Amino acid sequence: MLTVFLLLWPVAAALLLHFFKGGAARVVALGAALVELAAAIFAAVISRGNVSGQFDVNYPWVASAGINFHVGMDGLSVLLVLLTAFLVPVILLAAFRREYENPSSLYALVLFMQTGLIGVFVSLDAFLFYFFWEVALIPIYFIAGVWGGERRVQVTFKFFLYTIIGSLFMLAGFVYLYFQTGPAASGLAQHTSELSAFYNLNLSSSEQSWLFWLIFAAFAVKMPIFPFHTWQPDTYTESPTVATMLLSGIMLKMGVYGVIRWLLPIVPYGVSQWQPLVLILSVIGIVYGAIIAIRQQDIKRLIAYSSFSHVGLMAAGIFSLTQTGMQGAVIQMLAHGVNVVGLFFAVDVIERRTGTRNIADLGGLTRHTPLLTVTFLVMLLGSAALPLTSGFVGEFLLLAGVYEYNAWLSAVAGLTVIFAAVYLLRMFQRVMLGPDSSFTTTITDLTGAELAVMVPLVVLVFWIGLFPNTFLHISEPAVMQLLNVVKR
Amino acid sequence: MISLVILSVFGIINLFLGFLRSNKLLLPLAMLVLAIVFGVNAYDWSLGTQSFFSEMLVVDRYAVAFTGIVVLTTLLLLPFSEKYVREGEANLAEYYSLLLFALVGAIMMVAYNNMLMLFIGIEILSISMYVVAGADKRSARSNEAALKYFLMGAFATGILLFGVALVYGATGTFYLSELGAAVANPANAEFAPLLYIGILLVIIGISFKVGAAPFHFWTPDVYEGSPTFFTAYMSTVVKTAGFAAFFKLLFVGFGGAQSFWLPTVLAITILTLLVGNLGAVAQTSVKRMLAYSSISHAGYLFIALVAFDQSLSANGIFFYSLAYSVATVSAFAVLKLVADQRQREDYDGLGGLYRTNPLLAGCLTLSMLSLAGIPLTGGFFGKFFVFSAAVNQGYIGLVVFAVVMSMISIYYYLRPVIAAYLRPLPENAQPVQVSSLQSVMLVVLALLTVVLGVLPGLVSGLL
Repeated sequence: MLTVFLLLWPVAAALLLHFFKGGAARVVALGAALVELAAAIFAAVISRGNVSGQFDVNYPWVASAGINFHVGMDGLSVLLVLLTAFLVPVILLAAFRREYENPSSLYALVLFMQTGLIGVFVSLDAFLFYFFWEVALIPIYFIAGVWGGERRVQVTFKFFLYTIIGSLFMLAGFVYLYFQTGPAASGLAQHTSELSAFYNLNLSSSEQSWLFWLIFAAFAVKMPIFPFHTWQPDTYTESPTVATMLLSGIMLKMGVYGVIRWLLPIVPYGVSQWQPLVLILSVIGIVYGAIIAIRQQDIKRLIAYSSFSHVGLMAAGIFSLTQTGMQGAVIQMLAHGVNVVGLFFAVDVIERRTGTRNIADLGGLTRHTPLLTVTFLVMLLGSAALPLTSGFVGEFLLLAGVYEYNAWLSAVAGLTVIFAAVYLLRMFQRVMLGPDSSFTTTITDLTGAELAVMVPLVVLVFWIGLFPNTFLHISEPAVMQLLNVVKR
Repeated sequence: MISLVILSVFGIINLFLGFLRSNKLLLPLAMLVLAIVFGVNAYDWSLGTQSFFSEMLVVDRYAVAFTGIVVLTTLLLLPFSEKYVREGEANLAEYYSLLLFALVGAIMMVAYNNMLMLFIGIEILSISMYVVAGADKRSARSNEAALKYFLMGAFATGILLFGVALVYGATGTFYLSELGAAVANPANAEFAPLLYIGILLVIIGISFKVGAAPFHFWTPDVYEGSPTFFTAYMSTVVKTAGFAAFFKLLFVGFGGAQSFWLPTVLAITILTLLVGNLGAVAQTSVKRMLAYSSISHAGYLFIALVAFDQSLSANGIFFYSLAYSVATVSAFAVLKLVADQRQREDYDGLGGLYRTNPLLAGCLTLSMLSLAGIPLTGGFFGKFFVFSAAVNQGYIGLVVFAVVMSMISIYYYLRPVIAAYLRPLPENAQPVQVSSLQSVMLVVLALLTVVLGVLPGLVSGLL
């Protein structure tokens, strides 16, 4: 029942929010998100060391078609639920002081989206998964479209078309799998869309080969993997910071999670057929994203490309099909979520005070804002994978995983670490150090509320960096089990 | 059967109520009667199969379910005629009576067991529609629509009747069940040419009525020209009844000749999907876009006919019609309110709706998402059931084509939503006035859309 609570609580809070105005609304929203976080932590604590089948809930949903409302969590789900539950209050808090038009709708959409995200991570039924997948996407269209920047309409539209068409391919794949289950009788009730039934299908290798692309389309767009990424920098830049944080912090992980849970075990032969191609695409994405990031003038765009580069490494790690790579992807999902949200928040702080995100216009912030400087630097180093910070553990495991597959590929992928240091430190140097610019003379340091956002993120950067086993232990049995399914 | 009697009798009483010169009474009374009819119809569900007029009409669960849809649709639509009530429209009583008579026709179309009953049902429905299409006498557009609809409709009726006559000539019966046996009987092979031409003509006649391509030419003009309120009625009730009748005819009557009519129906399906979706992309008027979209939905419903699976197809058509009707009524209702008060029907006319009327913008969004078949809304499961039926019979290519078409449809369904949320308010635009009854109905429509999308099991297993 805990899973059901985690699912229904945010949406209930979102509905409730319509009865509150202005200041009260954000307090209620934040309160609800904190309750959710407490529940998620509780779930994580009691599920430690268990393999699967945690908090299973299974009701008939569309009984006439054999579709069930089946949710449950294993270690992998627990970690991602935890990440979502942690980041949503942070994101709400980040929006706290910002003047948005119609704030209660914005908060309601964020909470509504949380239900979708958690649903994606706990669904054990293909149609339920697809359903929550869309539920998580729909609010972000409105957040980006209504509260975004000047070019928001075209950008949102492009984003919408990319993601929805990707999703439809996935749906087509699921429908095909659905009809492969059970006896080929007339009457839909003979079939089932259970995840475990999909795992046990006997699909021929040519079937798997095209099913792979149908299902992978949605995940590749969402992550995004080169060359499905063209929506991403525009959307990240034009969206309000709340949406950018949601997109990069949590939604990107929907794609990674989808690959681990819904792609690898269902079409293992398909995966092994396309493994080299996907690995090469991922590595191209890593290098390409990093090089473009170096050239960026807009900080938000720079982080967008850096995120694109990092996710390429996660994809490469997963597609190495090694336990190391997989575990690296899991821990990197957490680390990246924390880092990127912190980075976007710092950019938002700078933009709000100076009115610009242009690197050339900024400089010398350090002297006026010691707190911002320190927290920003921590996020940055975490993202650049400095040892003892969050990014290091993940990138190390990911690169080790790719190395097990192919040493040369790993060497090229390893460029990400160097490149990330280049563009991040260069950006830091030009924005925070050096002489003052006309934009930065009146800047003030972080307020109490902003510190309340940054401090937990900083703590987590070090926690993941110093004690990765806290999290790795939770996901290990689940990852092992999934890999066993893949390699059967 | 009792519902037919109530509707007919009250339709006539309603005509006389028009003499009272008090329009305020008409709307609540008509809604009350529809609510009673809905209840009576629901009661029929428990009675099992009953037959009337020496089995020419058979009220079984299939008929009851589809009657439920058309009555519910009318009931939900009625409050949006409030403008006519307020302005003291002189012919309001007649309009309501025509709608009730049209319902009688629709119910006969879903409950027929004899091709003559089908024909009479279609005619009762059509003739009422010819009149209401021209309800706006002062508008040249409306007059043109009525004339076009009448001429095309009369033509289609002729074809249909000719087809029925040929089928009778070949099989010697009007009764569906006997027809089914006769069509399947190889002893009748010598009459096959007669029968086949008859079947083709009947299919063409009904395709005209439901607005499927290539017999759709009247649809955009008539939908655009008719007053929005009646357009909504046409594109929901007429279509639902048409498909319910079509399904029964093909399955029970012509099931034995499936291999013969399948290529025709398949061609109509593909053409309809193509014309409806591509046509809708090009439109600048929201109403015309909805007209083309209604053609495309005929195409999706046709897929269920192609699939030819007793339970899956019936279920698919039922669920799809219900989800489609609810979403369409909601879309047209919002469009009517906006168009009446802002005097424009293009996309930009919806601009800024979210700021002035969040409820209208929300309902519009939900209905568009449902028509586009996006999860959380009834339209998703509608498409799911229809496509499943087709996939189950191995029509993978057709379903892929339909999915591509619905990807295109997302483009044009999103345009009104973008306009409502992201485009600026048109100059001098006031908030749209919505009465409390209309608000309630809009909320009910939105809830129905979501309930169908979240808990489809409530109705998907009925048939």
